[in-house]
Amino acid sequence: MVLSRARREDAVTTIAFPAPDAAVLGRREAIIAGLARLLPAEAVITSEDERRAFETDALTAYRQMPLAVVLPSTTEEVAAVLRFCHAEGVKVVPRGAGTSLAGGAIPQEDAVVLGVAKMNRVIDIDFVNRTARVQAGITNLAISQAVAHEGFFYAPDPSSQLACTIAGNIAMNSGGAHCLKYGVTTNNLLGVTMVLLDGTVIEIGGAHLDAPGYDMLGLVCGSEGQLGVITEATVRILRQAEGARPALMGFDSVETAGACVAAIIGAGIIPVALEFMDRPAIKVCEAFAHAGYPLDVEALLIIEVEGSEAEIEDALRRIVAIAERFSPKALRVSRSEAESAAIWKGRKSAFGAMGRIADYLCMDGTIPTGQLPHVLKRISEICTGYGLGVANIFHAGDGNLHPLVLYDINKPGELEKAEAAGADILKLCVEVGGCLTGEHGVGIEKRDLMRHQYSEVDLVQQMRIRGVFDPAWLLNPAKVFPLDGRVVQ
Amino acid sequence: MTLPRSATISEPVFTPENEEEAAALVAACAAASRPLAIRGGGTKAAVGRPVNAEATLSTQAFTGITLYEPAELVIAARAGTPLAEIERTLADRGQMLPFEPADARVLLGSQGEATVGGLAATNLSGPRRIMAGACRDAMIGVRFVNGRGEVVKSGGRVMKNVTGLDLVKLAAGSWGTLGLLTEVTFKVQPKAERSATLVIDGLDDTRGIDALNAALGSPFEITGAAHLPAGLAGERARTILRIEGFSPSVDYRVGELRHLLAAYGPAERIVDAAEARRLWQDVRDARFLAEPREHAVWRLSTMPTAGPRIVAAVAGLGDVRFFYDWGGGLVWLSVPAEGDCGAATIREALAPHGGHATLWRAPADVRAAVQPFQPLAEPLMRVSEGVKRAVDPAGIFEPGRMYAGI
Repeated sequence: MVLSRARREDAVTTIAFPAPDAAVLGRREAIIAGLARLLPAEAVITSEDERRAFETDALTAYRQMPLAVVLPSTTEEVAAVLRFCHAEGVKVVPRGAGTSLAGGAIPQEDAVVLGVAKMNRVIDIDFVNRTARVQAGITNLAISQAVAHEGFFYAPDPSSQLACTIAGNIAMNSGGAHCLKYGVTTNNLLGVTMVLLDGTVIEIGGAHLDAPGYDMLGLVCGSEGQLGVITEATVRILRQAEGARPALMGFDSVETAGACVAAIIGAGIIPVALEFMDRPAIKVCEAFAHAGYPLDVEALLIIEVEGSEAEIEDALRRIVAIAERFSPKALRVSRSEAESAAIWKGRKSAFGAMGRIADYLCMDGTIPTGQLPHVLKRISEICTGYGLGVANIFHAGDGNLHPLVLYDINKPGELEKAEAAGADILKLCVEVGGCLTGEHGVGIEKRDLMRHQYSEVDLVQQMRIRGVFDPAWLLNPAKVFPLDGRVVQ
Repeated sequence: MTLPRSATISEPVFTPENEEEAAALVAACAAASRPLAIRGGGTKAAVGRPVNAEATLSTQAFTGITLYEPAELVIAARAGTPLAEIERTLADRGQMLPFEPADARVLLGSQGEATVGGLAATNLSGPRRIMAGACRDAMIGVRFVNGRGEVVKSGGRVMKNVTGLDLVKLAAGSWGTLGLLTEVTFKVQPKAERSATLVIDGLDDTRGIDALNAALGSPFEITGAAHLPAGLAGERARTILRIEGFSPSVDYRVGELRHLLAAYGPAERIVDAAEARRLWQDVRDARFLAEPREHAVWRLSTMPTAGPRIVAAVAGLGDVRFFYDWGGGLVWLSVPAEGDCGAATIREALAPHGGHATLWRAPADVRAAVQPFQPLAEPLMRVSEGVKRAVDPAGIFEPGRMYAGI
């Protein structure tokens, strides 16, 4: 969910937090004194003004002032903090850059926020073996920038990549626009150093493929900071393609656009990106970016391919030949860098452009791609039912759908209606065979919807495994699992 | 099927007809603390530590593809479905499993038909793993019976899914120790229109690995990168690269790679497509090391440039045969099956570079005596034991198959 434009201080939203532990609140001074003994003075943040910077993440409707914030600089300091909090029974909320759209980094009043942002160095780059070892607080984009001079990049590219950290990417198993070809975080991560709540430091994987024993790396990826705190990571770096170019095509129905996508994939073509926008999204993006999008179509596809000039020409020729079978109302292959940039500017500014005309919640479900026409129709009905507008952005190749539920924050009750519409949309995604979240994570946002996707047995099994790492349930405790669901081993 | 009593539970093989039967059976075994072996086709039964099971749970009756949507690049099948059936079904629509699973029978000399469940449980990936990811990367959903006799699902049929803990990955490569897989869903890929294989002759190991990594570090999307030392698949060493895609793109990249690798010698293209396909199959299945049968075989994953150094460091083991895949990062080693089959030497050689060594083929008494799977550091082992208990509290699934205690 993204809340944009205005901030309403009195927002009454529907997701609950557990009542803070009065005993912990009462020991606040002693806890802060204990943390101050473990870290340099500037790494312990206690004043209200400074703590306010950490009271929310990108789910700004929800705010909780943390007990204190610590910003350690080393794995040892992280271990010391966790050991202390474990011994004191104090909750810990790990934080990267605080860009979670699902509220994954929102604190609790009785919790210490452990930010990894100070640990932002590149430790080692090995171009021959194609790996980079980094501290976990480095931003996603900084990894790509650190290897760009040799023509390499780090593949997962969430739209917050300028700000978001690899620690947060690992916690949420983040994706991006190019994951159809390159996969998401879990497919590009080789190793981590992780500190458990009791201060134990564990090394998983390394600069090689696959890890021995159970796939703990796979388990940690997407565990939303509930298994441990990641302090270092080894990631795969890849050589950049020689070039990339998009084509733009508009169709007079969602069904036709969907059929065209299916035909392209059916022909054995996996584009590097395959983006879909519906009419409301097209209109707003075009007004903002002047990308030359056709305005008289119901669905727009941006399809990008990579390679040398000749390879790009060949792939686009194949794609255009397929698209023409579906009588597109508009079809344009980018002929220049400037044109490509304009086409992408429209798509990439979608969320910002939408934020200029309305407040919105950005949802993040995944659906089987064949269900797109049905799902878009239902989404429209759901939002209309609440008296709200909606625009849809869709990673059409992999089924990851981002409906933007539009509302006006200054109209009492609209935010709550938007939340209700969002929940209905996510339930719909599950109903058609998809899931609640494709790349943003559960956080607090989808926590109370988990029972729609999983049976009690499924959830309890997940919680039992979580409990192995954090038996006292102190790490990011109010997230992911329904509050009444905690399982004690 | 009726619930087995203690007298029948020691019968060798149970073949439940469906998930519910399997769950009831597991619950009964858990209540009686009866250890179970899990069996698909049995092609990889001789890998890992020998298990003292009192019964075998077979997935033979769980068969059939439950979902195949070519346009959505997804296929799901019950665990006992033969892998060959999946591959045939996909091939009919011009698709494939991305990770190029090996035929383990070649190296292990085993019989039977590999199954989907066995593939997932062993996370076995072939040469294309360097480009397309491992078996676990293609796995997007599982259903399994846990040690409480409960049917658990994780993941699903969509490619992007970050809802809750990823137990799909945990199931991948758990060798049956975390439960009985009943259904697995995979992400699939289109088969390439064309495939080309380039061969550079006569390079020593270090130069061969250098050439492979130069290619892997190029933008030309290599889908296979192996080095076969002299005497293994011909008199001269062969350094081989595979390029796949649409014809014009393959031709272009072949040209660019020849130019890029000119310093290593001329890169010849294998003209006969069937010959090239067989060569990659042999790399995939490690056929070069199938003989001598009495040798032990190790599978090492490390950083690519370390491969030749590790091989040099284990030369003292005597008649060592080997080759490299994954640009040097996957080292297959065949050593005389004497003493610990080289376990101490090999792991010592590996240690400075990082990675893991699995004793893939050895006599049962050796697999019982040495650790066939890479030993884990104490904290990681402790967490692994915890995960095992969280899924299989009575410890009935393949106890000790991977490590003592799990």
